[in-house]
Amino acid sequence: MLTATNSETGAVATIQFSLNGKPVEVAVPAIERLSRVLRENLGLTGTKVGCDAGDCGACTVLLNRDPVCSCLVAAGQVEGCEVVTVEGLAQRAPVYDRLQKSFLCHGAAQCGICTPGMLVSATALLERERSPSESAVKDALGGVLCRCTGYRKIIDAVLDAAQSPLPPKCPDTGKAVGARLARLDGQAKVSGTEIFGADEIPLETLSVHVVRSPYNRARFCFGDLAAFVVAHPGVSAVLTAADIPGRNCFGVISRFADQPVFAELETRFRGEAVAAVVGESNTLQKIDWTRFPVQWEELPAITSIDAGLAPGAPRIHESREQNLLVRGRVVHGDVDRALSECHAVVEGEFETGFIEHAYIEPEAGFARRLGNTLEVQACTQSPYMDRDDIAKILGIAPESVRIIPTAVGGGFGSKLDLSVQPFVALAAWKLNRPVRMVYSRHESIISTTKRHPSRIRMRAGATNDGKLHAVDFTADFNTGAYSSWGPTVAARVPVHASGPYRVPHYRALTRAVHTNLVPGGAFRGFGVPQTAIAQEQIYDELADRLGMDRLEFRILNALDETTPTVTGQVLGAGVGIRACLLALRPAWQQARNQCAAYNAGSQGGPLRKGVGIAAMWYGCGNTSLPNPSTIRVGLKSDGRIALHQGAIDIGQGSNTIITQICADALGAPVDCFDLVSGDTGISPDCGKTSASRQTLVTGKAAQMAGTELRRAILQLANCCECAVIEFQRCKLIISENGQQRTVSLDTLPQDKYGYVLTREATFDPPTSPLDQNGQGVPYAVFGFGAHMTEVLVDIELGTVSVTKITAAHDVGRAINPTLIEGQIEGGAAQGLGMALMEEFFPGKGENLHDYLIPTAGDMPRVESILIEDPSPIGPFGAKGIGEQAVIPTAPAILNAIHDATGVRIRRVPATPDHLRSAILARRQNGVERA
Amino acid sequence: MYFRPKTLEEAVQTLAVQRAQILSGGTDFFPALGERHVERPILDVSGVRELRGITSDPAFIRIGGLTTWSEIIATPLPRAFDALKLAAREIGGVQIQNRGTIAGNLCNASPAADGVPPLLALNAEVELVSAAGSRRVPLAQFIVGNRETLLRPDEVLSCVLVPRDIEDAASTFLKLGARRYLVISIAMVAVVLTADKAQRVSAARIAVGSCSARAQRLTELERDLIGTHLSGEIGALVTSTHLQALSPKSDVRATAEYRQDAARTLVARALDTCARNY
Repeated sequence: MLTATNSETGAVATIQFSLNGKPVEVAVPAIERLSRVLRENLGLTGTKVGCDAGDCGACTVLLNRDPVCSCLVAAGQVEGCEVVTVEGLAQRAPVYDRLQKSFLCHGAAQCGICTPGMLVSATALLERERSPSESAVKDALGGVLCRCTGYRKIIDAVLDAAQSPLPPKCPDTGKAVGARLARLDGQAKVSGTEIFGADEIPLETLSVHVVRSPYNRARFCFGDLAAFVVAHPGVSAVLTAADIPGRNCFGVISRFADQPVFAELETRFRGEAVAAVVGESNTLQKIDWTRFPVQWEELPAITSIDAGLAPGAPRIHESREQNLLVRGRVVHGDVDRALSECHAVVEGEFETGFIEHAYIEPEAGFARRLGNTLEVQACTQSPYMDRDDIAKILGIAPESVRIIPTAVGGGFGSKLDLSVQPFVALAAWKLNRPVRMVYSRHESIISTTKRHPSRIRMRAGATNDGKLHAVDFTADFNTGAYSSWGPTVAARVPVHASGPYRVPHYRALTRAVHTNLVPGGAFRGFGVPQTAIAQEQIYDELADRLGMDRLEFRILNALDETTPTVTGQVLGAGVGIRACLLALRPAWQQARNQCAAYNAGSQGGPLRKGVGIAAMWYGCGNTSLPNPSTIRVGLKSDGRIALHQGAIDIGQGSNTIITQICADALGAPVDCFDLVSGDTGISPDCGKTSASRQTLVTGKAAQMAGTELRRAILQLANCCECAVIEFQRCKLIISENGQQRTVSLDTLPQDKYGYVLTREATFDPPTSPLDQNGQGVPYAVFGFGAHMTEVLVDIELGTVSVTKITAAHDVGRAINPTLIEGQIEGGAAQGLGMALMEEFFPGKGENLHDYLIPTAGDMPRVESILIEDPSPIGPFGAKGIGEQAVIPTAPAILNAIHDATGVRIRRVPATPDHLRSAILARRQNGVERA
Repeated sequence: MYFRPKTLEEAVQTLAVQRAQILSGGTDFFPALGERHVERPILDVSGVRELRGITSDPAFIRIGGLTTWSEIIATPLPRAFDALKLAAREIGGVQIQNRGTIAGNLCNASPAADGVPPLLALNAEVELVSAAGSRRVPLAQFIVGNRETLLRPDEVLSCVLVPRDIEDAASTFLKLGARRYLVISIAMVAVVLTADKAQRVSAARIAVGSCSARAQRLTELERDLIGTHLSGEIGALVTSTHLQALSPKSDVRATAEYRQDAARTLVARALDTCARNY
């Protein structure tokens, strides 16, 4: 009597179930995770894996109609069941058709990595309830994390699905800029067909397991690695520092490059790689890594800024005295004298911890060797930088390395640095086999860069007319074991620490300090979000001290076209900060009154309302350093346009924005364009996707290239500038003064790119070097903005619920308002996380249930107000928005908490325990709310 | 070995001869597994029909061990189960509620298990079955510490039994976490409360989770509340002495001091809610 399904734990069992309406049979270990079986055995890579722990919901599938995390289901458990993945939703018309269209209309998919989980969850809901309530939608989506969108557009897309929304039509020629065009790469994202880093598996590929330091600092030596290989059939090689043919060193800023692919003798942070074991995936899975032949000797480690700076502290890098990576400095006027002249002076010390990017796609990719060239296909924000570093590591020419970027499931700065690439590149190069690697969530968290922890001291003074007079600012940043983007943080912060205000006397000094912790790198805003937490709270206190309204104080001091910044730059046209603040004035006054009325009425009750404001400015592009982008655009003989769009789209929308810009410059409709990816083998360098530079820099290059191609076409037809070009199949029809001319394209010769006409344009924003006092022109263009947040604080529990965010941003020209709102909402969500819940402690909570990011239940409605004060430099006047969006949210929330409770939070996050103890401390000091 | 029996008999016979790890909803099993390879024998009980469903007899409501949180939410149950339903809604997200089982929640015995305080407040018992027979143990005894239970390696938790003595009681559950959805509780409180015809508390059962190695009943407070009139703010009667049974720890989610303080607030609010709704 054996009715049970029995098999050896590791042995293969035959499992039959219905998959997307068809019977399937698969032979896998019964205990294998269903997510893995779907992706690796059945090739359905639409189901994403973000955590393998049920923490992110990316792998959601329907199991007998119920949404479940497929990473938590054993293959043996679906025997005889019905499983539906995102690929099978297409059969669930009309619910799914409407949902897909609604997602596209609303811009509900940004990077797209959470989209399959969202779609599956939402479909299950909509099949039960045609018109669900907002709270039902939140309940349905609450188990799926998204790091890009801030959830509002997803919630709205599900709420609107029943209305059968139609995606906006392709705008008319010349009308692309400013149109709410659905993202051009959206269809793949809402179908589950988008290819991310982990979604292609070459035949005969090997896998890599990286052996990493379990200690913050350790000496180590290997045992018999050759014997380990022999003892493990299926293992091809163990690679260490000794196997690197070129330089065992990489880094995003070559002057400071200091990070080894594999540590030699000593590791400098927990999670640092010492060896890579290459072999068959199944073999690696079964190895007990605690028995890998390496002996560790834990060494005393530096784990704080103070310990790094302490006299006599051991140097983490021999050449860097006092563990100082770099200093930053901007000085203007006479701060000490000016502070003594001020009518009111306030000061404070602020701290922030490590913050994890928590994109839902862990790093992944593969490499293969083709003769003497090497291809790396991986998720990245910076293909050309990857190419150059991989070439140095392998000791080959950069042209021998080709980087094929996949879609990126969120980046926010961390995918600028190398992750899996050196391991797969080295292994594929050495073994001449394709080699693939997919980081686990744990590996991603312990080994990739974080937002720099900061300690900031700030004094600010104003004269009795309410004018800011002087700011004295110092900040130390914990840059961790390696340089990464530490120099950029230290350089950007002193330029920005004034906020978007006129500060005549100013001193900002920064230091990036090494510790034996995970490297601090780039994270949306390069230190400026941390700075704004201090600066915008200090200005609130200053306004209070002066007896001024907090918004009016900011309006009075806002930069304008003629006032110099703290680097002495006079910005000229396009300074929209005052307009942003003025746009918030009606909502501000209304919210102030509402809060006062509510709090007056809630005597004895535990809830308090508060409203807070914070502003920001942020320079687009590199700080006083060249950062050109080159766009190539070609007219094909079939009448279509090839746009070599190398500005990596990490969800922010550059594929769409750059096309919109180029389309209007060329005078062609967007649907004539074929996008060519940022593959280094086929497209020119558009630089990295960081520093809010792609709309400005690559956009400008696209505008120039489009204009030049237009000129070339008109020249070919011997027509003047005002002629209208119609792009038809294999021909152009050019109209001028009522005359029409036809240019047949298929008879024209093709150039070396295979195009009838090709034009390339390069743009590098005009800046000037900063002098020893940081004076000069650091950026050609700044973006401006201000957020107003409303909160409800439970003073007995210390919990905060953000009830509304109103965000005004000067974007110069809104190339695509839907995508800009997406950036604002997503930035606001990250700011909310930073204010209320996010902090990473190395060695603790290296997962997505201890490291919390906001869920669909935490985000309020965000009202975006787009101000268009055009930049004379940007394409069609446009400015950046990516990082600008995150900067003011956290300080606005902290100011709102203060407004509600009288408590000033100087160390984020304001977790319930932290806020409650601050409230109790204030009460004990006898300061009750008036 | 991987065993997936169809009957409880097969399951316990397997356990009688082999020390196997039990798998049901997988919501604790797989996260704990991480990237490691499964080496131990696995007894996957998810196919055992007898462990499914919620039934009742005159004395007990019987919740099969494989009952998921979604099933608990969807099943009409007496008012005293409101706290359990509210807790079910607060467990992870809907994906977790669709898979996580009541037996798994109890056997995993996390101090932060959201299902435990409401079941403690319902005076639930668990039925443990082995090849040698079955036994019933009060839940309050079954969980002995942080991830420690009385479950023997040869036993399966077959069902949870809730005595039908105060079914019409008012009940509520409050969870405190640092975000909405997918969050491990900093503290949570379940209250089941009945009153006599004069609107005086006749029984109060109060359990607090995430504030000790295992969830605790506040028996002193329960005694002190007997006879209290519902009209007043009964929450105001809670003193710090009443929470002395708790021994919270500090971790990444909150400090111990905060947990103690927040638990008092939550208990008071839950009592007031029950009194208001009574």
